[in-house]
Amino acid sequence: MLSFMLRRLGVMLLTMLCLSFVVFFFVNLDPNLRKLAIFQTEMRASDQDLESWLHRNGYRDNFFERFGRWLGVWPKQPVIDPATGAAVPRFRFCAEPAEARFSGVLEGDFGCSTAFRATVAQRLPEALKATGILMFWVMIVMVPVSLLIGVLAGMREGSRLDRSLSVASIASTATPEYVSGIIFTAVFASWLGLLNGSAATATSKGVSFNNFTLPVMTMAIYGTGYIARMTRASMAEVMTAQYIRTARLKGLSFGSVVVKHALRNALIAPFTVIMLQFPWLLTGVVVVESIFNYKGFGWLLVQAASNNDIDLVLACGLISVVLVLFTQLISDVGYAFLNPRIRVS
Amino acid sequence: MEKVGFFGIVIGILWRFWPVWIALAVVLANVFKFKRRLGLFGHLFDSLTGAAGVLICCFWLFTALFAHIIAPLDPRVQVAVMKNAVPGAINPETGMVFLLGGDQLARDVFSRAVYGARIVLTIAPAATLIALLVGVTLGLPAGYFGRRVDQVLSFLANLVLAFPVILLFYLLVTPGIMDTPIPYAMAGVLFLFPIIFFCVLFYTRFKARPERLYIYLAVTLVIGFWIYSGLVFNADPLGIVSIEPNELNIFVAVVFASSPGVFRIVRGLAMDIKTRDYISAAQTRGETPWYIMLWEMLPNARGPLIVDTCLRIGYTTILLGTLGFFGLGMGPESPDWGTAIKDGSQVAQLRLFFWQGLTPAVSLMSLVLGLNLLADTLREQSLKD
Repeated sequence: MLSFMLRRLGVMLLTMLCLSFVVFFFVNLDPNLRKLAIFQTEMRASDQDLESWLHRNGYRDNFFERFGRWLGVWPKQPVIDPATGAAVPRFRFCAEPAEARFSGVLEGDFGCSTAFRATVAQRLPEALKATGILMFWVMIVMVPVSLLIGVLAGMREGSRLDRSLSVASIASTATPEYVSGIIFTAVFASWLGLLNGSAATATSKGVSFNNFTLPVMTMAIYGTGYIARMTRASMAEVMTAQYIRTARLKGLSFGSVVVKHALRNALIAPFTVIMLQFPWLLTGVVVVESIFNYKGFGWLLVQAASNNDIDLVLACGLISVVLVLFTQLISDVGYAFLNPRIRVS
Repeated sequence: MEKVGFFGIVIGILWRFWPVWIALAVVLANVFKFKRRLGLFGHLFDSLTGAAGVLICCFWLFTALFAHIIAPLDPRVQVAVMKNAVPGAINPETGMVFLLGGDQLARDVFSRAVYGARIVLTIAPAATLIALLVGVTLGLPAGYFGRRVDQVLSFLANLVLAFPVILLFYLLVTPGIMDTPIPYAMAGVLFLFPIIFFCVLFYTRFKARPERLYIYLAVTLVIGFWIYSGLVFNADPLGIVSIEPNELNIFVAVVFASSPGVFRIVRGLAMDIKTRDYISAAQTRGETPWYIMLWEMLPNARGPLIVDTCLRIGYTTILLGTLGFFGLGMGPESPDWGTAIKDGSQVAQLRLFFWQGLTPAVSLMSLVLGLNLLADTLREQSLKD
């Protein structure tokens, strides 16, 4: 078990390294750097000015060296002002080390956000907290509802209840967040006027039923169908097992067979599925936060990417990659724990 | 401004779709006539969900085909008086009804949704097909040979799968990236797989019969490289196959994002089928590994693959919508559903003029629903056998 964990961790770290390298490569493509230079110098700067700005701020150094600096395994060089000879920060709004030292992600320095004119470390925690709250409520709604639907549909395969619940869950998997968001807003906010069509007040005044129901509902609906389908399949399989028949023949009532014998085995597979839902939820978070104007991680990612905010995109990319890999690890290990028939080797 | 009532709108829309109804009627008549001979396709109509799935998919397919007949207006044309018009509003100048209203640039919402079907139904199935061929070409050897091949390919696939889709799109489908050779290089690599696939397919089968082999190979290579040159270099000598640079970019991003999923499924299927007796029999006969993979394993893996392809076209449609929703890739004037949803979903727009966002949203949802229903019925049918 331990060696399995260690090997998984090793592969995970390698994957993280590769992916952050890819993200680093893409955000540092030449067009992006030029856009950054145009944004940071005056609008009418000539090509030569742009090039010299990039050169002075170290954007033209060796690519691997720069990746090492961002990662924190290579010393970060201060930018020296040629006129005074003193070290100046690359951007006015972020302090930078005055002498060469290791200062990268490994040391906790995520760099400087040009869009928000602050360090990334200042912006990221509150956005993550906001998204964490959203995710929490989505999970609270999504997991019980989908498990209930799946178990109800799967306990009597082929019944009318199963048919209608199955069609409902297929319909929910066909409804991506940007569709359900619009339909819900049109119905509940524009037409009935019951709920807030925006979650902007959730950040300032706190979460309430009015401003948070629509985002949570919108996000939960896409995943619910999928988890319910998986639960149904697993439940239907368990219900055909020998020990269920034995329990029924023994004279136990149907309800007690389902609750006491079937459920425990039927819920192993959905656990993995729920864990693997996190990467999906990440895309959902981005869509939902954009629709409902909720300033969380997804909103930050959109702002960073559309404003060519290199360091912030890198940080967001790293966090999402870590999240995805971590949930994969948990789902694998958890599956092995829950299902004694799986031998890890 | 005058307008027609609710029933007027419904009847107007039903009337505009007349080529689709005729085409659907022809399909249905043929299905019921030849039901016995159609095999699996005929069985789809046995259940209500299956029939609904087929009908919805065919409906959108015919809508895409006859878009130029169904849509009363060009999707880009602007009629200034109809800005944000309500559904059913009548244009006072020409007397034409805007069945589903006008959008904030005074374009006909109905025509845009109809033309949007054409864009979605061109890109989504084509991208899925290429992703399928990429996944099959890489997944079969990974599952069959195992060991080092599997480790390397699986690691690469997991790398792409661990990438959040939205971040991948933001990195791959930015306007700046068109100045770099990256999309063309990726297109060059990804579109090579279909050609490789068909060449190997024919070579392994007709190795002993050169007279047929050469014909097949020549046809594959000519057609393959003709489309290849049109798509990747935008230099089709005949000028028939062409693609806008930003559409190529979308295409590549979608193929790239969905081929690892296919790879995983094919690899799993290959590992399962590898243990069957007929594979051992083929190995004993002395067949080459690629013959076994493509002519023994692939036909036996078709059931799950067809189901997955169906689901994946739906998923690709959702991905395209996501791209449009974030304004990535597609031009701002493009009538595709994602872009229309984005335009209609701004807070003020959604409050006052909900039909602008609702129309493309419902269209997209119904298409994906149809595909999912179809996939579900196919799965049930294949489990019965």
